[in-house]
Amino acid sequence: MKIMTCPVNGPRPLQEFVYGGDLTEMPCPDQATDEQWAAYVFERDGAPGLHKEWWYHAPSGVWFIAERDTGTDEICRTYLYND
Amino acid sequence: MPHRLLRFGLSKKYNEPRMFRSPEQLKKSYDVVIIGAGGHGLATAYYLARDHGITNVAVLERAYIGGGGTGRNTAIVRANYLTPEGVAFYDESVRLFQDLSADFDLNLFYSQRGHFTLAHSDASLRTMRWRAEVNKHLGVDSELVDTAFIKEKCPHIDLSCGGHAPVMGALFHPPGAIARHDAVAWGYGRGADQRGVEIHQQTEVTGILVEGDKVTGVQTNRGTVETSKVVCAVAGYTPPLLEMVGIKTPLVIQPLQACVSEPLKPWLDTIIVSASLHLYVSQSSRGELVTGASLDPYPIHSTRSTLDFVEGLSGHLLDLFPFLGDVKIMRQWAGLSDVTPDFSPIMGLSPVEGFYLDAGWGTWGFKATPVCGKTMSYTVAENKPHPLIEPFRLSRFKEFELVGEKGAASVGH
Ligand SMILES: Cc1cc2nc3c(=O)[nH]c(=O)nc-3n(C[C@H](O)[C@H](O)[C@H](O)COP(=O)(O)OP(=O)(O)OC[C@H]3O[C@@H](n4cnc5c(N)ncnc54)[C@H](O)[C@@H]3O)c2cc1C
Repeated sequence: MKIMTCPVNGPRPLQEFVYGGDLTEMPCPDQATDEQWAAYVFERDGAPGLHKEWWYHAPSGVWFIAERDTGTDEICRTYLYND
Repeated sequence: MPHRLLRFGLSKKYNEPRMFRSPEQLKKSYDVVIIGAGGHGLATAYYLARDHGITNVAVLERAYIGGGGTGRNTAIVRANYLTPEGVAFYDESVRLFQDLSADFDLNLFYSQRGHFTLAHSDASLRTMRWRAEVNKHLGVDSELVDTAFIKEKCPHIDLSCGGHAPVMGALFHPPGAIARHDAVAWGYGRGADQRGVEIHQQTEVTGILVEGDKVTGVQTNRGTVETSKVVCAVAGYTPPLLEMVGIKTPLVIQPLQACVSEPLKPWLDTIIVSASLHLYVSQSSRGELVTGASLDPYPIHSTRSTLDFVEGLSGHLLDLFPFLGDVKIMRQWAGLSDVTPDFSPIMGLSPVEGFYLDAGWGTWGFKATPVCGKTMSYTVAENKPHPLIEPFRLSRFKEFELVGEKGAASVGH
């Protein structure tokens, strides 16, 4: 069984978690050009490598960040967004 | 045992003709280099040679032909999509499939079965009606049918679905078919080879040479070749290749898994799909049930299989066909899907001159193999997008002109 560590609840089976997409920084909606906004909405870093991702622990409703290698599926670090 | 096979087995020399040559050396330059010897790359080479007279072409494959998504899919061919752009495109592909066996002189086991997409709720019935109307408007055979019709065509189904979410109706698409996917790759490969195209297996593209904004060649593990036109047809391997030329896309790679059961006597001659149960199933000509589910829940660049997948899938298969309880699963596997946010492909020209994209095939690209070959070869030969693929251009994202197939394809196939 694959285990992920929720920063609040500790190690839990992966089945309890939901993937929420890559962490991307939103440009200021008032100032961004259409092109910058499109890049924010659509451009993804799809190649294998270390990614910062949003994950959700469904039973407890915690959203957090995981650093995961999408090539090897190794979860390197998990922490709350503000940490 | 057939006589010929016996003689072949006993002969000292295995002189059966090969499907295609294996040239020892790469040439110094080619008019067109195609990366990826999946169905799409080989079909593009085939039509470049056959329809456009461009034969100084190399198809470079890092492993073996058809070893990517082409040899891993559940082989469903259909045209009952949701958007007019998608319907016109996939319908042309279904049409091209019809005489492909004769064209290749190779039996593709193309088998028209009729394709049911089951609806388990009012909301999905509404989408089915929408799809049926779009399909009919564009001349594609497709209609909404009731449960009595489903039962008549597929008597073994439990329409109560184990009591959870009873089937309320379905979208029925008579032209829905399955085909032998390896043979599609071999047929295109042999046909391209016979017309002078070179297929190089075990040849990985490791870099793409660009001067100014123009492609000038590709680097491989077997040396560098010059070319002014490169077609990128590597489906689930697209993002690392695009990094080589600095093109950004929305593509995200997720595995898609499938499995087959032990062979059974023929009992299922239609293709059954349920988006709510994340399930599709057909019975192959060998009697195996070929089944698949939806995409794995998060991105990984790996073709590993999981127990979660077979457990989930078997449960849903039993909801519809409880009598399969004792049937064994024989094999499971995975392939990589390059998924777009609107579930439509990314095809055509790119910001780099001479670099052509055939990507974004997600869970739906096998059925598109012939039409991709046709339209990509035109696009490369004319250096302008074929009208059928214009809506699938990469720039649609920054123009906010998506082609939303998502509503129709929550289950991949
Ligand atoms: C389990 C599963 C079920 C599916 N079911 C269906 C279905 O029922 N119907 C349907 O229409 N579609 C289905 N699909 C989707 C379909 O299989 C793919 O979209 C399609 O096969 C893509 O074909 P392709 O020729 O573009 O790519 P592929 O067949 O994936 O070929 C790409 C090739 O590029 C090679 N390559 C990669 N990188 C390099 C490099 N650097 N240098 C050289 N070569 C390289 C790879 O080795 C590979 O052989 C399914 C997919 C999966 C995984």
